[in-house]
Amino acid sequence: MRAFVFAAFAFLYLPIALVVLFSFNAGHHASEFTGFSVQWYGKALSNPFLVEALKNSLFIATTSALLAAFCGTAAALGLQRVGARTRALFDALLGAAIVVPGVVIGISTLVALVQLFAVLNPFLASLWPTDQPPRLSLGYGSIIAAHGLFSMALVTMIVGTRLGSLDRNLVEASSDLYATPLTTFRSIVLPQIMPAVIAGFLLAFTFSFDDFIIAFFVAGAQTTLPIYVFASIRRGVTPEINAIATIVLCASVLLVLLAQWQLGRRKPSS
Amino acid sequence: MSAGSQPALSMRGSLFRKNFITALLLAPAALWLVVFLVLPFVAIAIFSVGERAPEGGYQAALTFAQYANLPARATAFWNTMVLAPAGALACLLVAYPVAYYLALRAPDRWRLILLALIVIPFWTSLLMRTYAWMYILGGRGIPALLAYVGIEDLRLINTPGAVLLGIVYGYLPLMILPIYVSLERLDRRLLEASADLGATPLSTFLGVTLRLSLPGVMTGFSLVMILLLGEYLIPTLLGGGKVFFIGNALVDLFLQSRNWPFGSAIAITLVLVSVVVLTVANRISTRLSGARRVDLI
Repeated sequence: MRAFVFAAFAFLYLPIALVVLFSFNAGHHASEFTGFSVQWYGKALSNPFLVEALKNSLFIATTSALLAAFCGTAAALGLQRVGARTRALFDALLGAAIVVPGVVIGISTLVALVQLFAVLNPFLASLWPTDQPPRLSLGYGSIIAAHGLFSMALVTMIVGTRLGSLDRNLVEASSDLYATPLTTFRSIVLPQIMPAVIAGFLLAFTFSFDDFIIAFFVAGAQTTLPIYVFASIRRGVTPEINAIATIVLCASVLLVLLAQWQLGRRKPSS
Repeated sequence: MSAGSQPALSMRGSLFRKNFITALLLAPAALWLVVFLVLPFVAIAIFSVGERAPEGGYQAALTFAQYANLPARATAFWNTMVLAPAGALACLLVAYPVAYYLALRAPDRWRLILLALIVIPFWTSLLMRTYAWMYILGGRGIPALLAYVGIEDLRLINTPGAVLLGIVYGYLPLMILPIYVSLERLDRRLLEASADLGATPLSTFLGVTLRLSLPGVMTGFSLVMILLLGEYLIPTLLGGGKVFFIGNALVDLFLQSRNWPFGSAIAITLVLVSVVVLTVANRISTRLSGARRVDLI
Protein backbone atom coordinates (compact mmCIF):
# COMPACT_ATOMS: atom_id res chain seq x y z
CA MET A 1 0.00 0.00 0.00
CA ARG A 2 2.88 2.36 0.72
CA ALA A 3 4.15 1.80 -2.80
CA PHE A 4 0.73 2.70 -4.15
CA VAL A 5 0.53 5.88 -2.06
CA PHE A 6 4.05 6.81 -3.14
CA ALA A 7 3.04 6.28 -6.77
CA ALA A 8 -0.05 8.47 -6.27
CA PHE A 9 2.09 11.33 -4.93
CA ALA A 10 4.50 10.88 -7.82
CA PHE A 11 1.52 11.02 -10.17
CA LEU A 12 0.41 14.30 -8.57
CA TYR A 13 3.80 15.98 -8.66
CA LEU A 14 5.83 14.60 -11.58
CA PRO A 15 3.90 16.44 -14.33
CA ILE A 16 4.30 19.74 -12.46
CA ALA A 17 7.98 19.02 -11.89
CA LEU A 18 8.42 18.38 -15.61
CA VAL A 19 6.90 21.75 -16.52
CA VAL A 20 9.17 23.49 -14.01
CA LEU A 21 12.22 21.61 -15.33
CA PHE A 22 11.52 22.47 -18.97
CA SER A 23 10.89 26.10 -18.15
CA PHE A 24 14.66 26.26 -17.58
CA ASN A 25 15.45 24.49 -20.84
CA ALA A 26 17.92 26.34 -23.05
CA GLY A 27 16.65 24.63 -26.17
CA HIS A 28 13.44 25.28 -28.00
CA HIS A 29 12.27 21.68 -28.16
CA ALA A 30 10.19 20.06 -25.54
CA SER A 31 11.53 16.56 -26.11
CA GLU A 32 15.12 17.18 -25.04
CA PHE A 33 16.73 19.16 -22.27
CA THR A 34 19.71 20.90 -23.80
CA GLY A 35 20.96 23.03 -20.95
CA PHE A 36 20.02 25.40 -18.17
CA SER A 37 18.75 28.85 -19.05
CA VAL A 38 16.33 31.45 -17.79
CA GLN A 39 15.78 32.98 -21.22
CA TRP A 40 12.08 31.95 -21.32
CA TYR A 41 11.42 33.88 -18.14
CA GLY A 42 12.99 36.95 -19.69
CA LYS A 43 10.97 36.44 -22.83
CA ALA A 44 7.72 35.98 -20.89
CA LEU A 45 8.28 39.04 -18.72
CA SER A 46 9.14 41.27 -21.66
CA ASN A 47 5.89 40.36 -23.43
CA PRO A 48 3.67 43.44 -22.90
CA PHE A 49 0.38 41.53 -23.38
CA LEU A 50 1.41 39.04 -20.77
CA VAL A 51 2.49 41.67 -18.26
CA GLU A 52 -0.80 43.49 -18.82
CA ALA A 53 -2.75 40.26 -18.21
CA LEU A 54 -0.69 39.57 -15.08
CA LYS A 55 -1.42 43.06 -13.72
CA ASN A 56 -5.14 42.63 -14.41
CA SER A 57 -5.15 39.28 -12.62
CA LEU A 58 -3.31 40.67 -9.59
CA PHE A 59 -5.71 43.62 -9.34
CA ILE A 60 -8.82 41.45 -9.72
CA ALA A 61 -7.59 38.80 -7.27
CA THR A 62 -6.61 41.38 -4.63
CA THR A 63 -9.87 43.33 -4.86
CA SER A 64 -12.19 40.33 -4.92
CA ALA A 65 -10.32 38.63 -2.07
CA LEU A 66 -10.41 41.78 0.08
CA LEU A 67 -14.14 42.23 -0.53
CA ALA A 68 -14.75 38.55 0.12
CA ALA A 69 -12.70 38.56 3.34
CA PHE A 70 -14.61 41.58 4.62
CA CYS A 71 -18.16 40.53 3.63
CA GLY A 72 -17.54 36.85 4.41
CA THR A 73 -16.28 37.59 7.91
CA ALA A 74 -19.20 39.96 8.57
CA ALA A 75 -21.61 37.27 7.35
CA ALA A 76 -20.01 34.59 9.53
CA LEU A 77 -20.37 36.88 12.58
CA GLY A 78 -23.94 37.78 11.61
CA LEU A 79 -24.93 34.14 11.16
CA GLN A 80 -24.05 33.51 14.83
CA ARG A 81 -26.83 35.89 15.82
CA VAL A 82 -29.77 34.65 13.75
CA GLY A 83 -32.37 31.92 14.07
CA ALA A 84 -32.11 28.44 12.61
CA ARG A 85 -34.26 29.27 9.56
CA THR A 86 -32.26 32.29 8.37
CA ARG A 87 -29.12 30.33 8.98
CA ALA A 88 -30.31 27.38 6.92
CA LEU A 89 -31.27 29.70 4.05
CA PHE A 90 -27.83 31.36 4.07
CA ASP A 91 -26.07 28.02 4.36
CA ALA A 92 -27.98 26.69 1.34
CA LEU A 93 -27.13 29.74 -0.79
CA LEU A 94 -23.49 29.78 0.31
CA GLY A 95 -23.24 26.04 -0.38
CA ALA A 96 -24.70 26.61 -3.85
CA ALA A 97 -22.16 29.37 -4.52
CA ILE A 98 -19.36 26.88 -3.80
CA VAL A 99 -20.75 23.77 -5.47
CA VAL A 100 -22.33 25.12 -8.69
CA PRO A 101 -19.84 24.53 -11.55
CA GLY A 102 -17.94 27.61 -12.70
CA VAL A 103 -19.33 27.32 -16.20
CA VAL A 104 -22.88 27.80 -14.88
CA ILE A 105 -21.86 30.71 -12.61
CA GLY A 106 -20.11 32.26 -15.62
CA ILE A 107 -22.99 32.06 -18.09
CA SER A 108 -25.71 33.01 -15.62
CA THR A 109 -23.74 36.07 -14.49
CA LEU A 110 -23.12 36.98 -18.13
CA VAL A 111 -26.81 36.71 -19.01
CA ALA A 112 -27.98 38.64 -15.94
CA LEU A 113 -25.43 41.43 -16.29
CA VAL A 114 -26.01 41.95 -20.00
CA GLN A 115 -29.76 42.28 -19.34
CA LEU A 116 -29.16 44.53 -16.35
CA PHE A 117 -26.84 46.83 -18.32
CA ALA A 118 -29.37 46.99 -21.17
CA VAL A 119 -31.85 48.45 -18.66
CA LEU A 120 -29.45 50.59 -16.65
CA ASN A 121 -27.45 52.24 -19.44
CA PRO A 122 -30.35 54.19 -21.07
CA PHE A 123 -31.52 55.10 -17.58
CA LEU A 124 -28.10 56.45 -16.65
CA ALA A 125 -27.90 58.30 -19.96
CA SER A 126 -31.23 60.01 -19.32
CA LEU A 127 -30.09 61.17 -15.88
CA TRP A 128 -26.59 62.26 -16.86
CA PRO A 129 -26.12 66.01 -17.30
CA THR A 130 -23.56 65.84 -20.12
CA ASP A 131 -23.50 64.04 -23.46
CA GLN A 132 -21.00 61.43 -22.30
CA PRO A 133 -22.77 59.27 -19.74
CA PRO A 134 -20.82 56.39 -18.18
CA ARG A 135 -21.58 53.11 -19.85
CA LEU A 136 -21.70 50.02 -17.67
CA SER A 137 -20.09 47.05 -19.37
CA LEU A 138 -18.42 43.73 -18.61
CA GLY A 139 -14.88 44.01 -17.35
CA TYR A 140 -13.03 44.31 -14.05
CA GLY A 141 -16.21 44.82 -12.05
CA SER A 142 -18.02 41.75 -13.35
CA ILE A 143 -15.00 39.47 -12.86
CA ILE A 144 -14.46 40.78 -9.32
CA ALA A 145 -18.14 40.28 -8.45
CA ALA A 146 -18.32 36.76 -9.91
CA HIS A 147 -15.07 35.64 -8.26
CA GLY A 148 -16.13 37.31 -5.03
CA LEU A 149 -19.27 35.18 -4.89
CA PHE A 150 -17.32 31.93 -4.53
CA SER A 151 -14.66 33.54 -2.35
CA MET A 152 -17.15 35.14 0.03
CA ALA A 153 -18.90 31.80 0.52
CA LEU A 154 -15.51 30.21 1.20
CA VAL A 155 -14.48 32.86 3.76
CA THR A 156 -17.86 32.59 5.51
CA MET A 157 -17.36 28.83 5.79
CA ILE A 158 -13.78 29.01 7.09
CA VAL A 159 -14.45 31.85 9.57
CA GLY A 160 -17.75 30.23 10.62
CA THR A 161 -15.89 27.02 11.48
CA ARG A 162 -13.43 28.97 13.60
CA LEU A 163 -16.22 30.90 15.34
CA GLY A 164 -17.91 27.60 16.15
CA SER A 165 -14.85 26.44 18.08
CA LEU A 166 -14.39 29.78 19.84
CA ASP A 167 -14.12 29.63 23.59
CA ARG A 168 -17.49 31.01 24.77
CA ASN A 169 -16.26 31.36 28.35
CA LEU A 170 -13.85 34.10 27.34
CA VAL A 171 -16.62 36.11 25.68
CA GLU A 172 -18.86 35.74 28.72
CA ALA A 173 -16.04 36.57 31.13
CA SER A 174 -15.30 39.68 29.12
CA SER A 175 -18.86 41.01 29.24
CA ASP A 176 -19.23 40.03 32.89
CA LEU A 177 -16.26 42.30 33.52
CA TYR A 178 -18.27 45.14 31.91
CA ALA A 179 -16.41 45.26 28.63
CA THR A 180 -18.61 46.79 25.91
CA PRO A 181 -19.58 44.41 23.09
CA LEU A 182 -17.18 46.29 20.82
CA THR A 183 -14.28 45.89 23.23
CA THR A 184 -15.08 42.21 23.67
CA PHE A 185 -15.12 41.82 19.90
CA ARG A 186 -11.85 43.66 19.43
CA SER A 187 -9.88 42.03 22.20
CA ILE A 188 -11.37 38.53 22.40
CA VAL A 189 -13.16 37.50 19.20
CA LEU A 190 -11.10 39.23 16.51
CA PRO A 191 -7.68 37.91 17.59
CA GLN A 192 -9.07 34.39 17.65
CA ILE A 193 -10.69 34.47 14.21
CA MET A 194 -7.95 36.51 12.51
CA PRO A 195 -5.93 33.48 11.29
CA ALA A 196 -9.10 32.12 9.66
CA VAL A 197 -9.80 35.50 8.01
CA ILE A 198 -6.25 35.67 6.65
CA ALA A 199 -6.40 32.07 5.43
CA GLY A 200 -9.73 32.81 3.75
CA PHE A 201 -8.26 35.88 2.08
CA LEU A 202 -5.26 33.93 0.78
CA LEU A 203 -7.39 31.10 -0.60
CA ALA A 204 -9.80 33.60 -2.17
CA PHE A 205 -6.85 35.31 -3.82
CA THR A 206 -5.55 31.98 -5.09
CA PHE A 207 -8.96 31.01 -6.45
CA SER A 208 -9.41 34.28 -8.32
CA PHE A 209 -5.85 34.32 -9.62
CA ASP A 210 -6.21 30.76 -10.99
CA ASP A 211 -9.78 30.87 -12.26
CA PHE A 212 -10.23 30.59 -16.00
CA ILE A 213 -13.78 29.55 -16.73
CA ILE A 214 -15.79 32.23 -14.87
CA ALA A 215 -13.57 35.04 -16.15
CA PHE A 216 -13.77 33.57 -19.68
CA PHE A 217 -17.50 34.39 -19.72
CA VAL A 218 -17.69 37.69 -17.84
CA ALA A 219 -14.36 39.33 -18.77
CA GLY A 220 -15.78 41.33 -21.68
CA ALA A 221 -12.81 43.02 -23.36
CA GLN A 222 -10.44 42.41 -20.42
CA THR A 223 -7.79 39.70 -20.35
CA THR A 224 -6.68 37.88 -17.21
CA LEU A 225 -3.55 35.77 -16.99
CA PRO A 226 -5.38 32.40 -17.29
CA ILE A 227 -7.33 33.70 -20.30
CA TYR A 228 -4.11 34.81 -21.95
CA VAL A 229 -2.39 31.51 -21.18
CA PHE A 230 -5.36 29.50 -22.47
CA ALA A 231 -5.30 31.44 -25.74
CA SER A 232 -1.53 30.88 -26.12
CA ILE A 233 -1.82 27.17 -25.34
CA ARG A 234 -4.38 26.79 -28.10
CA ARG A 235 -1.93 28.42 -30.51
CA GLY A 236 0.73 25.92 -29.53
CA VAL A 237 2.90 24.77 -26.65
CA THR A 238 5.99 26.94 -26.17
CA PRO A 239 8.70 27.04 -23.48
CA GLU A 240 7.46 30.54 -22.65
CA ILE A 241 4.21 29.03 -21.31
CA ASN A 242 6.29 26.70 -19.12
CA ALA A 243 7.91 29.75 -17.55
CA ILE A 244 4.54 31.44 -16.86
CA ALA A 245 3.11 28.17 -15.53
CA THR A 246 6.07 27.82 -13.17
CA ILE A 247 5.58 31.34 -11.82
CA VAL A 248 1.85 30.78 -11.29
CA LEU A 249 2.39 27.36 -9.68
CA CYS A 250 4.99 28.76 -7.28
CA ALA A 251 2.69 31.64 -6.33
CA SER A 252 -0.21 29.24 -5.62
CA VAL A 253 1.94 26.86 -3.58
CA LEU A 254 3.29 29.73 -1.50
CA LEU A 255 -0.18 31.18 -0.86
CA VAL A 256 -1.70 27.83 0.11
CA LEU A 257 1.17 27.04 2.46
CA LEU A 258 0.71 30.45 4.08
CA ALA A 259 -3.03 29.81 4.42
CA GLN A 260 -2.46 26.40 6.00
CA TRP A 261 0.07 27.83 8.40
CA GLN A 262 -2.43 30.52 9.43
CA LEU A 263 -5.21 27.97 9.93
CA GLY A 264 -2.98 25.60 11.88
CA ARG A 265 -1.86 28.40 14.17
CA ARG A 266 -3.38 28.44 17.63
CA LYS A 267 -4.65 31.76 18.93
CA PRO A 268 -1.80 34.24 19.18
CA SER A 269 -0.38 34.90 22.63
CA SER A 270 -1.65 38.23 23.85
CA MET B 1 -25.58 35.14 27.05
CA SER B 2 -25.04 37.99 29.42
CA ALA B 3 -28.34 39.84 29.02
CA GLY B 4 -28.92 39.48 32.77
CA SER B 5 -26.01 41.73 33.55
CA GLN B 6 -27.50 44.65 31.61
CA PRO B 7 -29.91 47.17 33.16
CA ALA B 8 -33.53 46.25 32.40
CA LEU B 9 -34.36 49.76 31.19
CA SER B 10 -32.15 49.60 28.10
CA MET B 11 -33.34 46.09 27.17
CA ARG B 12 -35.61 47.16 24.36
CA GLY B 13 -33.15 49.63 22.96
CA SER B 14 -30.34 47.13 23.03
CA LEU B 15 -32.53 44.44 21.43
CA PHE B 16 -33.25 46.82 18.57
CA ARG B 17 -29.59 47.69 18.28
CA LYS B 18 -28.67 44.01 18.30
CA ASN B 19 -31.01 43.24 15.41
CA PHE B 20 -29.77 46.27 13.53
CA ILE B 21 -26.15 45.16 13.87
CA THR B 22 -27.06 41.63 12.79
CA ALA B 23 -28.77 42.99 9.68
CA LEU B 24 -25.80 45.22 8.95
CA LEU B 25 -23.41 42.28 9.22
CA LEU B 26 -25.45 40.08 6.90
CA ALA B 27 -26.47 42.75 4.36
CA PRO B 28 -23.37 42.73 2.10
CA ALA B 29 -23.33 38.94 1.80
CA ALA B 30 -27.09 38.79 1.27
CA LEU B 31 -26.93 41.45 -1.44
CA TRP B 32 -24.09 39.63 -3.16
CA LEU B 33 -25.89 36.28 -3.05
CA VAL B 34 -29.09 37.79 -4.42
CA VAL B 35 -27.54 39.88 -7.20
CA PHE B 36 -24.87 37.43 -8.37
CA LEU B 37 -26.37 34.03 -7.57
CA VAL B 38 -30.17 34.13 -7.29
CA LEU B 39 -30.89 36.76 -9.96
CA PRO B 40 -28.56 35.21 -12.57
CA PHE B 41 -30.18 31.85 -11.95
CA VAL B 42 -33.65 33.34 -12.39
CA ALA B 43 -32.37 35.04 -15.56
CA ILE B 44 -31.22 31.82 -17.21
CA ALA B 45 -34.43 30.09 -16.09
CA ILE B 46 -36.41 32.80 -17.93
CA PHE B 47 -34.10 32.66 -20.95
CA SER B 48 -34.50 28.90 -21.18
CA VAL B 49 -38.20 29.24 -21.99
CA GLY B 50 -37.54 32.06 -24.48
CA GLU B 51 -36.59 32.16 -28.14
CA ARG B 52 -33.43 33.06 -29.99
CA ALA B 53 -33.54 36.52 -31.53
CA PRO B 54 -32.68 36.57 -35.25
CA GLU B 55 -29.38 38.40 -34.59
CA GLY B 56 -28.51 36.12 -31.64
CA GLY B 57 -29.31 36.77 -28.01
CA TYR B 58 -32.76 36.51 -26.52
CA GLN B 59 -36.36 37.20 -27.45
CA ALA B 60 -39.14 36.93 -24.88
CA ALA B 61 -41.44 33.92 -25.25
CA LEU B 62 -42.91 31.07 -23.25
CA THR B 63 -41.99 27.87 -24.99
CA PHE B 64 -40.40 24.55 -24.15
CA ALA B 65 -38.87 24.34 -27.62
CA GLN B 66 -35.36 24.81 -26.19
CA TYR B 67 -35.80 21.84 -23.89
CA ALA B 68 -37.31 19.77 -26.70
CA ASN B 69 -34.21 20.60 -28.72
CA LEU B 70 -31.81 19.14 -26.10
CA PRO B 71 -31.16 15.97 -28.17
CA ALA B 72 -29.37 18.21 -30.70
CA ARG B 73 -26.50 18.21 -28.22
CA ALA B 74 -26.87 14.52 -27.37
CA THR B 75 -23.19 13.77 -28.04
CA ALA B 76 -22.05 16.33 -25.45
CA PHE B 77 -24.54 14.93 -22.92
CA TRP B 78 -23.53 11.37 -23.72
CA ASN B 79 -19.79 12.09 -23.39
CA THR B 80 -20.34 13.92 -20.11
CA MET B 81 -22.71 11.35 -18.64
CA VAL B 82 -20.27 8.54 -19.46
CA LEU B 83 -16.91 10.18 -18.72
CA ALA B 84 -17.98 12.12 -15.60
CA PRO B 85 -19.10 9.03 -13.59
CA ALA B 86 -16.24 6.98 -15.04
CA GLY B 87 -13.77 9.72 -14.11
CA ALA B 88 -15.24 10.08 -10.62
CA LEU B 89 -15.04 6.29 -10.15
CA ALA B 90 -11.43 6.14 -11.36
CA CYS B 91 -10.64 9.02 -8.98
CA LEU B 92 -12.25 7.12 -6.12
CA LEU B 93 -10.27 3.95 -6.79
CA VAL B 94 -7.00 5.90 -6.59
CA ALA B 95 -8.13 8.19 -3.77
CA TYR B 96 -9.38 5.59 -1.28
CA PRO B 97 -6.08 3.81 -0.60
CA VAL B 98 -4.32 7.19 -0.33
CA ALA B 99 -6.91 8.54 2.12
CA TYR B 100 -6.81 5.26 4.06
CA TYR B 101 -3.05 5.40 4.38
CA LEU B 102 -3.09 9.06 5.42
CA ALA B 103 -5.79 8.58 8.04
CA LEU B 104 -4.89 5.21 9.57
CA ARG B 105 -1.39 4.17 8.61
CA ALA B 106 0.82 7.22 8.09
CA PRO B 107 3.28 8.06 10.89
CA ASP B 108 2.06 11.07 12.88
CA ARG B 109 4.91 13.37 12.00
CA TRP B 110 4.38 12.72 8.30
CA ARG B 111 0.61 13.04 8.26
CA LEU B 112 0.37 16.84 8.16
CA ILE B 113 3.05 17.15 5.51
CA LEU B 114 1.42 14.53 3.31
CA LEU B 115 -1.96 16.19 3.81
CA ALA B 116 -0.49 19.54 2.75
CA LEU B 117 0.91 17.81 -0.34
CA ILE B 118 -2.67 16.76 -1.20
CA VAL B 119 -4.20 20.18 -0.52
CA ILE B 120 -1.65 22.15 -2.56
CA PRO B 121 -2.56 20.70 -5.99
CA PHE B 122 -6.24 21.24 -5.18
CA TRP B 123 -5.64 24.97 -4.93
CA THR B 124 -3.25 25.11 -7.86
CA SER B 125 -4.42 26.31 -11.25
CA LEU B 126 -6.28 23.51 -13.05
CA LEU B 127 -5.32 25.18 -16.32
CA MET B 128 -1.61 24.88 -15.59
CA ARG B 129 -1.93 21.33 -14.27
CA THR B 130 -3.91 20.21 -17.30
CA TYR B 131 -1.38 21.96 -19.49
CA ALA B 132 1.33 19.79 -17.95
CA TRP B 133 -0.39 16.67 -19.30
CA MET B 134 -0.92 18.28 -22.68
CA TYR B 135 2.81 18.69 -22.71
CA ILE B 136 3.49 15.10 -21.64
CA LEU B 137 0.95 13.38 -23.88
CA GLY B 138 1.49 15.67 -26.86
CA GLY B 139 3.61 14.85 -29.90
CA ARG B 140 6.92 15.83 -28.28
CA GLY B 141 6.25 14.11 -24.97
CA ILE B 142 5.72 10.39 -24.40
CA PRO B 143 5.08 9.61 -28.09
CA ALA B 144 8.50 11.09 -28.96
CA LEU B 145 10.12 8.98 -26.23
CA LEU B 146 8.34 5.87 -27.49
CA ALA B 147 9.52 6.62 -31.01
CA TYR B 148 13.12 6.23 -29.73
CA VAL B 149 12.39 2.65 -28.75
CA GLY B 150 10.63 1.94 -32.00
CA ILE B 151 6.96 2.44 -31.20
CA GLU B 152 5.87 4.89 -33.86
CA ASP B 153 2.70 6.86 -34.44
CA LEU B 154 1.11 6.40 -31.09
CA ARG B 155 -1.50 9.03 -30.44
CA LEU B 156 -2.27 9.70 -26.80
CA ILE B 157 -3.64 13.21 -26.75
CA ASN B 158 -7.15 14.02 -28.03
CA THR B 159 -8.52 10.64 -26.96
CA PRO B 160 -11.14 9.75 -24.32
CA GLY B 161 -8.32 8.07 -22.38
CA ALA B 162 -6.41 11.34 -22.17
CA VAL B 163 -9.53 13.14 -20.91
CA LEU B 164 -10.05 10.43 -18.29
CA LEU B 165 -6.44 10.74 -17.16
CA GLY B 166 -6.79 14.51 -16.95
CA ILE B 167 -9.93 14.11 -14.84
CA VAL B 168 -8.25 11.77 -12.35
CA TYR B 169 -5.26 14.09 -12.18
CA GLY B 170 -7.33 17.23 -11.73
CA TYR B 171 -9.84 15.95 -9.20
CA LEU B 172 -7.86 13.43 -7.14
CA PRO B 173 -7.22 15.89 -4.25
CA LEU B 174 -10.91 16.81 -4.03
CA MET B 175 -11.77 13.09 -3.77
CA ILE B 176 -9.08 12.30 -1.19
CA LEU B 177 -9.98 15.07 1.30
CA PRO B 178 -13.57 14.11 2.27
CA ILE B 179 -12.66 10.41 2.43
CA TYR B 180 -9.71 11.28 4.65
CA VAL B 181 -11.96 13.32 6.95
CA SER B 182 -14.44 10.46 7.40
CA LEU B 183 -11.69 7.89 7.96
CA GLU B 184 -9.85 10.10 10.41
CA ARG B 185 -12.95 10.46 12.59
CA LEU B 186 -13.47 6.73 12.65
CA ASP B 187 -13.43 5.29 16.15
CA ARG B 188 -10.40 2.99 16.14
CA ARG B 189 -11.79 0.95 19.02
CA LEU B 190 -14.36 -0.40 16.57
CA LEU B 191 -11.55 -1.86 14.47
CA GLU B 192 -9.99 -3.50 17.54
CA ALA B 193 -13.38 -4.80 18.67
CA SER B 194 -13.99 -6.29 15.25
CA ALA B 195 -10.60 -8.01 15.27
CA ASP B 196 -11.08 -9.23 18.87
CA LEU B 197 -14.36 -10.79 17.85
CA GLY B 198 -12.51 -12.87 15.32
CA ALA B 199 -13.22 -10.97 12.13
CA THR B 200 -10.61 -11.29 9.40
CA PRO B 201 -8.89 -8.05 8.32
CA LEU B 202 -10.91 -8.14 5.10
CA SER B 203 -14.26 -8.46 6.81
CA THR B 204 -13.28 -5.74 9.32
CA PHE B 205 -12.45 -3.51 6.38
CA LEU B 206 -15.68 -4.25 4.53
CA GLY B 207 -17.98 -4.30 7.55
CA VAL B 208 -16.52 -1.43 9.59
CA THR B 209 -14.01 0.80 7.81
CA LEU B 210 -15.55 0.98 4.36
CA ARG B 211 -19.06 1.19 5.74
CA LEU B 212 -18.30 4.04 8.12
CA SER B 213 -16.34 5.97 5.51
CA LEU B 214 -19.14 5.78 2.95
CA PRO B 215 -20.41 9.31 3.77
CA GLY B 216 -16.98 10.69 2.86
CA VAL B 217 -16.94 8.56 -0.28
CA MET B 218 -20.38 9.83 -1.28
CA THR B 219 -19.42 13.47 -0.60
CA GLY B 220 -16.25 13.15 -2.65
CA PHE B 221 -17.97 11.28 -5.45
CA SER B 222 -20.86 13.72 -5.75
CA LEU B 223 -18.63 16.83 -5.56
CA VAL B 224 -16.32 15.50 -8.26
CA MET B 225 -19.30 14.39 -10.37
CA ILE B 226 -20.96 17.81 -10.19
CA LEU B 227 -17.81 19.74 -11.02
CA LEU B 228 -17.14 17.35 -13.90
CA LEU B 229 -20.61 17.97 -15.34
CA GLY B 230 -19.49 21.56 -15.94
CA GLU B 231 -15.90 20.77 -16.92
CA TYR B 232 -14.53 22.62 -19.92
CA LEU B 233 -10.73 22.87 -19.69
CA ILE B 234 -9.87 19.17 -19.51
CA PRO B 235 -11.95 18.04 -22.54
CA THR B 236 -10.80 21.10 -24.49
CA LEU B 237 -7.08 20.73 -23.85
CA LEU B 238 -6.75 16.94 -23.67
CA GLY B 239 -9.69 15.91 -25.85
CA GLY B 240 -9.03 18.35 -28.68
CA GLY B 241 -12.11 18.84 -30.79
CA LYS B 242 -12.95 15.15 -30.48
CA VAL B 243 -14.12 14.58 -26.93
CA PHE B 244 -16.42 17.40 -25.89
CA PHE B 245 -18.50 17.88 -22.78
CA ILE B 246 -21.61 19.88 -21.89
CA GLY B 247 -19.20 22.63 -20.82
CA ASN B 248 -17.91 22.84 -24.39
CA ALA B 249 -21.46 23.04 -25.72
CA LEU B 250 -22.18 25.90 -23.31
CA VAL B 251 -19.08 27.87 -24.32
CA ASP B 252 -20.03 27.38 -27.96
CA LEU B 253 -23.65 28.45 -27.45
CA PHE B 254 -22.85 31.50 -25.33
CA LEU B 255 -19.63 32.81 -26.79
CA GLN B 256 -19.66 31.66 -30.41
CA SER B 257 -23.05 30.87 -31.94
CA ARG B 258 -24.82 33.11 -29.42
CA ASN B 259 -27.89 30.97 -28.98
CA TRP B 260 -28.51 32.04 -25.39
CA PRO B 261 -31.98 30.52 -24.84
CA PHE B 262 -30.82 27.06 -25.93
CA GLY B 263 -27.65 27.44 -23.86
CA SER B 264 -29.76 28.45 -20.85
CA ALA B 265 -31.93 25.35 -21.25
CA ILE B 266 -28.78 23.21 -21.25
CA ALA B 267 -27.44 25.03 -18.17
CA ILE B 268 -30.72 24.54 -16.28
CA THR B 269 -30.69 20.85 -17.22
CA LEU B 270 -27.13 20.60 -15.94
CA VAL B 271 -28.10 22.19 -12.62
CA LEU B 272 -31.08 19.82 -12.30
CA VAL B 273 -28.85 16.79 -12.92
CA SER B 274 -26.45 18.14 -10.26
CA VAL B 275 -29.29 18.48 -7.76
CA VAL B 276 -30.34 14.88 -8.44
CA VAL B 277 -26.76 13.65 -7.97
CA LEU B 278 -26.43 15.57 -4.69
CA THR B 279 -29.79 14.39 -3.37
CA VAL B 280 -29.11 10.74 -4.14
CA ALA B 281 -25.61 10.93 -2.60
CA ASN B 282 -26.99 12.69 0.46
CA ARG B 283 -29.74 10.09 0.85
CA ILE B 284 -27.23 7.28 0.73
CA SER B 285 -24.86 8.82 3.25
CA THR B 286 -27.52 9.95 5.75
CA ARG B 287 -29.03 6.48 5.63
CA LEU B 288 -25.67 5.06 6.66
CA SER B 289 -24.74 7.66 9.26
CA GLY B 290 -24.88 11.40 9.97
CA ALA B 291 -24.03 13.77 7.10
CA ARG B 292 -20.45 14.96 7.00
CA ARG B 293 -19.06 18.34 6.10
CA VAL B 294 -16.29 18.62 3.56
CA ASP B 295 -13.14 20.37 4.62
CA LEU B 296 -11.64 22.17 1.66
CA ILE B 297 -8.46 22.87 3.51
